[in-house]
Amino acid sequence: MYIKKECVAMLLAGGQGSRLYALTQKVAKPAVPYGGKYRLIDFPLSNCTNSGIDTVGVLTQYQPLVLNDYIGNGQPWDLDKLHGGVHVLPPYQTSAGASWYEGTANAIYQNMSFIERYDPEYVIVLGGDHIYKMDYSKMLDFHKKNEADCTLAVFDVPYEEASRMGIMTCDDQYRVLKFTEKPKQPDSTLASMGIYVFTWSKLRKYLIENENANTGSKDFGKDIIPAMLRDQQRLFAYPFEGYWKDVGTLDSLWEANMDLLSPSVPLDLYDKKWKIYSRNNNMPPQYIGGSAEVENSMISEGSDINGKVDFSVIFSGVTIEEGATVNYSIIMPGTVVKAGAVVEYAIVGEDCVVNSGAKIGMSPEAVENRDEWGIAVIGHNVDVSEGAKVLPKQIISENV
Amino acid sequence: MSVKKSILGLIFASMHDEAVIDLTKKRTMGSIPFAGRYRLIDFPLSNMVNSGIKEVGVITKSNYGSLLDHLGSGREWDLSSKHGGLHLLPPFSHVDSGIYRGRLEALNGVWDFVEHSSAEYVLMSDCDVVTTIDYRKVVDYHVSSEADITVVCGKYAYDSSKNQSATVFGVDEEGRINDVMINPQISGECCIGLGMFVVSKAFLKDIVVACASRGQYSFAKDILQARKDDFKIMAYEHDGYFSKIDTINAYYEANMELLNTENRNNLFIKSSPVYTKIRDNGPVKFGLESEIKNSLIADGCVIEGKVENCVLCRGVKIGRDSVVKDCVLMQDTVIGDKCRINSIIADKNVEIGDEKVLTGSETYPLYIGKKAKI
Repeated sequence: MYIKKECVAMLLAGGQGSRLYALTQKVAKPAVPYGGKYRLIDFPLSNCTNSGIDTVGVLTQYQPLVLNDYIGNGQPWDLDKLHGGVHVLPPYQTSAGASWYEGTANAIYQNMSFIERYDPEYVIVLGGDHIYKMDYSKMLDFHKKNEADCTLAVFDVPYEEASRMGIMTCDDQYRVLKFTEKPKQPDSTLASMGIYVFTWSKLRKYLIENENANTGSKDFGKDIIPAMLRDQQRLFAYPFEGYWKDVGTLDSLWEANMDLLSPSVPLDLYDKKWKIYSRNNNMPPQYIGGSAEVENSMISEGSDINGKVDFSVIFSGVTIEEGATVNYSIIMPGTVVKAGAVVEYAIVGEDCVVNSGAKIGMSPEAVENRDEWGIAVIGHNVDVSEGAKVLPKQIISENV
Repeated sequence: MSVKKSILGLIFASMHDEAVIDLTKKRTMGSIPFAGRYRLIDFPLSNMVNSGIKEVGVITKSNYGSLLDHLGSGREWDLSSKHGGLHLLPPFSHVDSGIYRGRLEALNGVWDFVEHSSAEYVLMSDCDVVTTIDYRKVVDYHVSSEADITVVCGKYAYDSSKNQSATVFGVDEEGRINDVMINPQISGECCIGLGMFVVSKAFLKDIVVACASRGQYSFAKDILQARKDDFKIMAYEHDGYFSKIDTINAYYEANMELLNTENRNNLFIKSSPVYTKIRDNGPVKFGLESEIKNSLIADGCVIEGKVENCVLCRGVKIGRDSVVKDCVLMQDTVIGDKCRINSIIADKNVEIGDEKVLTGSETYPLYIGKKAKI
């Protein structure tokens, strides 16, 4: 027996995140580590729990092993429920055949029967690759107040960035008049955050129509939203204020981590009223040794720090030996940085070994031609041999 | 050869509360914060779970609010289970038992629970010793030596002049206990009991029933001491790292000892993790002018000042230009800006304002009570 839910969340977690290269070679993007102890999916899952949404479908497809393990029964996010809770939803075979999720809309279409078991009034569609704290219940209230068919969360972006985003043109009541993907000459700076609240009966109709029309894309931004606008449905933009960061690229992932070290960035991970939950790994407290020099950094459980750490985010179980230097870098769980190694402006993946004398990345000042500068990236489980050099912008996924 | 045996774990969360009276004013021995992110009960409880024990009873006496809050359903120790799992046994479980005076009376009070278990052996542990131990080996030793009672012992530099308390054992070549001294007035290396015992359930029932009828309640006095010649009481020597918390100084030193990497590696062994309640804090944040040396720091701390030789529990905040040395600061202690703090133990939620100077002695740390505002 299923108990009716007012709102069910559908979290799109099947994307490859190909622009994160080595970091998503073996894990889905929502499982990429962030912020010392989190994975990207912790943010939408925690937001759901904190917003009172207790029924979440997580749609997986690309490299789901780590992600499935991580979500487990949903207990860390308080999503192990008698009624509802978190459900991992991979594509499955039916009597009509089997297919992969072909687009964001198709993924939801293939799981309509999951949604209908809860007979919801509303469905909220979320992505798994943004860092933000948002009360979805307020967005839902906004949707109800406007008697909307669809509400899209929007973020006011700088004008020069608008031409890379999906841009919403609204009237003064925030009713959406026009939606343009990557406009050359944007007439608004309200960008879609990929967070949609739909009245379920409406979404259901458009999903079926879109499926039958077979446009080839089967995507919310390309098909569903434009179709609803054509039919003059009530679409509203819900303006979001606060910290919001897309971590779709290596640079933006690095920046989003560095943001945590900046006192002026409004993302508070210590707020007891809006905790970001994550799966715990039962490690002892971190130890900062007698020869360590630690400044302006974030460090997690089980780490053993004896070297120099400045402007960096260090995940759990990381060892930084005496005489090693880590500056402006992100070191993911279980990695060892040995004596004499230097890691600067870099992302080092999980369970790597950076041997002594290795040099990863460089500061922008040390590079002659600024165009050649960028973040150096080491994938997961990589050994960087003694004295090896990894240059700025280089991405390494095999032992060097 | 090790045969898989069914073992019931029993933890005495309130034994020795009086040894560290400052810390147990509002909690049990078992719920004293330790080593940054743990409570003392996490160690025996995790040892049991890591030794394959799937059914654990926790015997409490009074002040057990914080203990109940910490343990919850036992999920964090993987003890939230349909079969066995974690059972909290407050003293009201028996109308005629009342508040118990000793281990045997406590056992008599919870006997229905013990009886109900299908386990063949009972492993009992107190919470005043911090160690990592494989109880399977102790039970194997108990069986192979055909003991009536097996006492886990350790070599220890005991010094009665420091107000330490201990049960000191004399052990013959075969490992049989031939002398039992309770809090003797001696100093030097001794074989002391670690407050962990193995007995078969049938044997335990016999002694609990027999002692109850005679009004005897002390396991150490009425059984170990009085019956050492009648029963075969064997000593299992635990050679791993341990610390014994029997005074507030010992509590301070046990924390400080974990700043030594070797001790830490001997207590926190990868294959037997220590489980505890999860708080979902952020990672530790170090400010622009922070300077940290030789310290153990739990999640959720925010440090702007200087910290040296300290153990910081979860959620501690240290302000700018403050210097904190040789301290144990429990959860959510907040130290303001420009303070000089040396050798203190701050209980939970202590608030120390700006520009304060507080100094204890390394041999006698200053204790500041829960929620004090300075």
